[in-house]
Amino acid sequence: METSIVVSGFGGQGALLAGQLLAHAALASGLEVTWIPSYGPEMRGGTAHCTVVVGDEPIGAPLVRHPECVVALNLPSVDKYEPLVAAGGLLVYDSTLVQRPVERVDLCAVAVPASEVAQRFGSPRLANLVLLGALLALRPVVTLEAMGAALRDHLPERHADLLQNNLEALHAGAALGKG
Amino acid sequence: MARELWKGNEALAEAAVRAGAEAFFGYPITPQTELLEYMARRMPELGRTFLQAESEIAAIHMVYGAACAGVRALSSSSSPGISLMQEGLSYLAGSEVPCVLVDIMRGGPGLGNIQPSQSDYFQLTRSAGHGDFHPLVLAPSTVQEAVDLMYASFDLAFGWRTLVILAGDGTLGQMMEPVEMPPMRALAVERPDWALTGAAGRSPRVISSLYLDAAELEQSNLRLQAKLQQMAATQQRWESFCVEDADYLVVAFGTVARIAQSAVRAARRAGIRVGLFRPVTLWPYPRQPLDAICPQLRGVLVVEMNGGQMVEDVRCVVRERVPVRFLGHLGGVIPMPDEIEAELAQLVSLSGRAAFS
Repeated sequence: METSIVVSGFGGQGALLAGQLLAHAALASGLEVTWIPSYGPEMRGGTAHCTVVVGDEPIGAPLVRHPECVVALNLPSVDKYEPLVAAGGLLVYDSTLVQRPVERVDLCAVAVPASEVAQRFGSPRLANLVLLGALLALRPVVTLEAMGAALRDHLPERHADLLQNNLEALHAGAALGKG
Repeated sequence: MARELWKGNEALAEAAVRAGAEAFFGYPITPQTELLEYMARRMPELGRTFLQAESEIAAIHMVYGAACAGVRALSSSSSPGISLMQEGLSYLAGSEVPCVLVDIMRGGPGLGNIQPSQSDYFQLTRSAGHGDFHPLVLAPSTVQEAVDLMYASFDLAFGWRTLVILAGDGTLGQMMEPVEMPPMRALAVERPDWALTGAAGRSPRVISSLYLDAAELEQSNLRLQAKLQQMAATQQRWESFCVEDADYLVVAFGTVARIAQSAVRAARRAGIRVGLFRPVTLWPYPRQPLDAICPQLRGVLVVEMNGGQMVEDVRCVVRERVPVRFLGHLGGVIPMPDEIEAELAQLVSLSGRAAFS
């Protein structure tokens, strides 16, 4: 059993970090995992995405054409991945920044006002954690506890003072995902 | 030791440190730069040598110099940088001085781009420099395997007095995977009996690749050839997956092999009896084990991120026994499991009609 998750957004929104945290949580949960970033001549404000594949057997392809889950932090990411999400898949997106509706009906689109919620916890940069929380509420690839532990263990040291805000953003997102 | 998530480039660097690398010389180039960055921090921390050279040409000659003294030295680069290093690689080969080099391949020719590629296959296995030689070329397909092969590479290099090249691609360098790091080895205290360590109390040693006399140079070459033959006979490494009852075989190396493994699993679920053969050594090519599988096969599919390079080695082994199809992507485009499956379906339908492509 394998699950593929793409996290995509503008450079600086924490798409790559959110994917890495998910990968850390998967490994700590005894699962096999790969994480691979888009890398290229990219800059702040450009798009950045990563693919995380989680499974109970060693992962073959670390990249997928049609991911089962997509976390989209901005409009270009929804534009890019709406056509690519696997049929029956999940598209979780920041509805504060993406104001157009998702047109496909053969997937589960979940609008989460992530930037707005994140602002309540002190920074719109926590939108990645809000969306990750919503994703995990709907597809519990790892538990929220494992995700919280990954945050504690792997949040970059320079952001250590933001751990509590990150955890709250994660849980707020999970509550919205369930709702 | 517990498994940790490591990025391929950094894992390679730490594995080299643990294998007893004493000196790193290099020059930054994407998608390999994290290896050099990691070394810039890690080597001085351990009192070892890190030096960013002014160019790849300088870096490989620094490696040559250090290695002449019996030091475990390495460098790393990506395709265009490897091209620049070829003069030094040939000198290292000509004087039988051991070293380790990492090539995290990117799209070419020329500056190409920074996306993953396997288009240095010919360069690494056939023409890593002028003159008659082959490096030992290792092609890991997971970050763990990259670590394990790197850990073994200095022993191979020093044991055979050869150049060992670890051939990865941008995917392997950039991705993160769980890794169990091997233990830290103590640094070598004794230098090999050919090393230039100062001639105090003994007669001087000379390391050179210059033999002006033709007969002498031929003798040197024949010695080198004999060693290469011995390596070819004993150093073939490979892995096979689901080949026992396979009618069809996918052959791929490195990143493409793991992508192909997903395709093989899916094709098996669809009822195609297919297996995967993955060379771990690109030179020496694992000819015997591939040859041994051939009699049971009805067709072979080779997948690479290049215009068709390893496929020539596969055709040499398979000959005309069964059709050999090729699927390649170039310029940094990565093949996906679904198109490998589609190619397999094509192969099955063609060979069902006993047609040779």
